[in-house]
Amino acid sequence: MINNISLIAINELRRLFKSPFAWIILATTQFLMAIFFYLLLSQYMGASSVTSGLTDIVVSGMYQIYGVIMLLISPLLTMRLITEERRLGTIKLLVSSPITITELVLGKYFGIMIFYCLILLMINLMPVSLMFGTQLDLGQIASGLIGLLLLMSTFAAIGLFISSLTSSPAIASISTFGVLFLLWIINFAGINASESMAEVFAYMSLLKHYTNLLTGVFNSVDVLFYIIVSFFFIILSIWRLDAERIYG
Amino acid sequence: MNSEILISVQKLSRSYGQQRAIEDVSFDIHRGEILGFLGPNGAGKSTTMQIICGVLAAHHGSVNINGYDINEAPQLAKNHIGFLPEEPPLYNDLTVNEYLNYTAKLRGIKKNDLIGAVSLSKERCGLENVGSRLIQNLSKGYKQRVGIAQAIIHSPSVIILDEPTSGLDPIQIREIRELMRELGEDHSVILSTHILSEVHSLCDRVLIIDQGHIVLDQSLNQLENSSTEPDSIEIGLRNPPKLESLLCIEGIASVKNINKETLRINFNTKSNMIDTIVKKSISENWGLFKLKPEGTSLEETFMRLTHDDSDRLEKKIIQND
Repeated sequence: MINNISLIAINELRRLFKSPFAWIILATTQFLMAIFFYLLLSQYMGASSVTSGLTDIVVSGMYQIYGVIMLLISPLLTMRLITEERRLGTIKLLVSSPITITELVLGKYFGIMIFYCLILLMINLMPVSLMFGTQLDLGQIASGLIGLLLLMSTFAAIGLFISSLTSSPAIASISTFGVLFLLWIINFAGINASESMAEVFAYMSLLKHYTNLLTGVFNSVDVLFYIIVSFFFIILSIWRLDAERIYG
Repeated sequence: MNSEILISVQKLSRSYGQQRAIEDVSFDIHRGEILGFLGPNGAGKSTTMQIICGVLAAHHGSVNINGYDINEAPQLAKNHIGFLPEEPPLYNDLTVNEYLNYTAKLRGIKKNDLIGAVSLSKERCGLENVGSRLIQNLSKGYKQRVGIAQAIIHSPSVIILDEPTSGLDPIQIREIRELMRELGEDHSVILSTHILSEVHSLCDRVLIIDQGHIVLDQSLNQLENSSTEPDSIEIGLRNPPKLESLLCIEGIASVKNINKETLRINFNTKSNMIDTIVKKSISENWGLFKLKPEGTSLEETFMRLTHDDSDRLEKKIIQND
């Protein structure tokens, strides 16, 4: 089980790095985040009166922006997960091999998650560099990091599921972006609604739970929210690929 | 030949939406047998093969591989299968070695045996010299070989090849056939094709499928022996007689001019017709220079079994007019 999952995950990663795609994404995110890091840092340095701490402004601010950047980039990374296997016909190789669909889907999911962790690692070198000169609120950073990881996991699971629906990467990427964006801003839908409905919409938003974690409020409900959403879409992907054998 | 049954297919049915792809397909494959799976395009060959490999699920019926049901114990059953789909399932951005290593691991080959398995399968498919090349830079023939190498890497008891020679040039076809013959010695092979001569030169048994039904399941020997004389011949005569005079000979159904000196003669009886024609040619000085039996029995059988319906259909349409 573990062997097969890691086999698929490692192959996924290897093929990602075989193309310039992965490198370009690493470079672009790093470059964009460096700009924001600089901007946030100079904002903190230039502030006349200190209202909140360094961690709050620079680190949490970066994580906040990073979430938005990943909202844009994640669909591009997840679109090819299953669609490409279909296009190349390698899905037949995988399905006729003695591995289960669950192992295949989990392998794909972990493959992309490892890549997300890698980006996260690169990004975090910048805030870490601040530690040489000052003190950071490590608790808040940890809470923010967990939030980011959970957010990435949700992005990956939703992208994986949408990728399993089609054989066209373009369709998968645009639909994934649409769904992620909708879930990101769904709290706005509640602006004109009754108070209780507004709360429901706000609760469904990916953004709201993330903001909680970023500010250092570690609430197990927020964590569970992301875990449940990820789980739900991973299971849907497994069902979808399984159903393809029967109805496809 | 060992008579142990490796694959037993029972009453398979499968449809795509409203369209029936295969219906009530049953057959067995014994160890060491090369089975030729023949049929016109869209007859259900690929569907059947994909069901056997577990890529598609059957709506009715069962597939049993080496004692394991493909639905109840898919992992165990799939261990015994090597599958090459119509399009070889290749990752273009990997090298041949990387790809074969990956597929070997997918098939559950242990780390210690990995190097041996990969190099053996490369050797068998003639891939020793391209191991470090990217798959996307290989020619079509080599890609096909990588596809076959992938299917035999775990030395499965059954190798299933879906149109392994389609799109290859004659030299590549010959090489791949040679390879398949070799594989047939210690594996069971199912290969689908619509090239009849391929079945002739390779297979022990023929299965003809048409519109989702199996219409013939016979060993090639049986098929050959059932009719040793051809139905028609192509004959070259320097001084061809009038067509009418040829038609007068008893047993000749029709004569057709292919060109000035070559005729095609169809018989309606099979006894000694060639003999009669040669005798006539000598006595009447036709100047016989070529005599070519046409249409192997397999081809006839295939045509008869798979074209009946479409003929009927055409006739119906004509009647409607």
